[in-house]
Amino acid sequence: MPLHARIWGCRGSLPTPGEGTVRYGGNTPCVEITTPEGGLLILDAGTGIKRLGAGLEREGPLHVLLTHLHLDHVEGLRFFAPFWRPGVELHIWGPASPLHSLEERIARAFSPPLFPLELADTPASVTFHDVPHHTWEIEGIGVDAQPVSHPGPTVGYRLSVNGSSLAYIPDHEPVLGVEMASLEPEWISGHAIAADVDLLLHDCQFSESEYSSRVGWGHSSVAHAVEFAQRSDVRRLVLFHHDPDRTDAGVDGLVERARELWDGTSPVQPVAACEGMTLELP
Amino acid sequence: MEGRPQKHLALILARELASQLASATFIADATGELVFYNERAEEILGRTFAEAGPMPPDEWAALFRLEDLEGQPLSLDRMPAAIALMEQRPAHANLWMTGLDGQRRLLSVTGVPLMASPTELVGMVAMFWQIPTADDD
Repeated sequence: MPLHARIWGCRGSLPTPGEGTVRYGGNTPCVEITTPEGGLLILDAGTGIKRLGAGLEREGPLHVLLTHLHLDHVEGLRFFAPFWRPGVELHIWGPASPLHSLEERIARAFSPPLFPLELADTPASVTFHDVPHHTWEIEGIGVDAQPVSHPGPTVGYRLSVNGSSLAYIPDHEPVLGVEMASLEPEWISGHAIAADVDLLLHDCQFSESEYSSRVGWGHSSVAHAVEFAQRSDVRRLVLFHHDPDRTDAGVDGLVERARELWDGTSPVQPVAACEGMTLELP
Repeated sequence: MEGRPQKHLALILARELASQLASATFIADATGELVFYNERAEEILGRTFAEAGPMPPDEWAALFRLEDLEGQPLSLDRMPAAIALMEQRPAHANLWMTGLDGQRRLLSVTGVPLMASPTELVGMVAMFWQIPTADDD
């Protein structure tokens, strides 16, 4: 059991509390990754990170890996309890941008008039890092980050430990205006991140009919998610980034559709992420 | 992660854009290897990309016989696409090209480097138009 994933938020775009979203949850993306040796990484800082942080008592540095800086993936950072504890060493990783540092870009949402305090006011010791172009190790976990197709600088992450691997691509439109079946793997955005992983958490914001009027929005239809997972030979697909307008019953419907499309290359059927879900990698 | 290296996202998006355009478009990676050209470019070059396949710069430069407006062979360092790659700046020229169908065409060619960051060249996009001449049908 080299990797353990816990979903703290899997809703896309906008936090969506309410009776229609109780089962899958309304918090925006945040996934906690741990290893039996005590390694800990946090993927994205949507509102789900608030509850994660409230229960986090840990010595040593904390690492938060952001896929991109759209609000739904960073809005929880301001309410992440360790940020407000003196002596905490916090490392925030994210995609590089040609013009502004990661710190400058995050500070835009972490400062007046959008927030009463400045990033510099936080008592934790925070270091910002652009994700490197090569594999690196954090907390004993091998990490790869590569750009994926989504508006603005966006990466997907591949995590590996002792032969087990997980890919996290929560915001992704793997093809734009072309058929994925017509492309060689190296031409499919995100393929190298997801290739042969044990577990893929992937964008599944839209149904096939919804997607037709949302081409270029940077998200996947259920058909894209399934085809991408199959082209990448993943063992298990977990649908992620549920649309804020989609009720629990609607997510059930997407799972059903994903299973219809699943061609059985892996015997493990797709599921939808839900808050509190835990996933063990072999 | 085995297999052929993942193409840079900028090249992937350039190919997707080119696939949607009626403007002849030719894409090379940072090494100068031709990695894609679109349907309109196929008509001008005289061979589909599926048939031609990826090829290194000296091969495509020789294959699509390019001449300056005086009819002299155009060296690689004067081709807009190659200038864009080698000097990492846009370049433009009108030139003659004899395609693989044997037809000689007057083209207007613009090459633009694809820079993922101010210091990272990932490839080049060249767009070209056929300039009508008196000899055209």
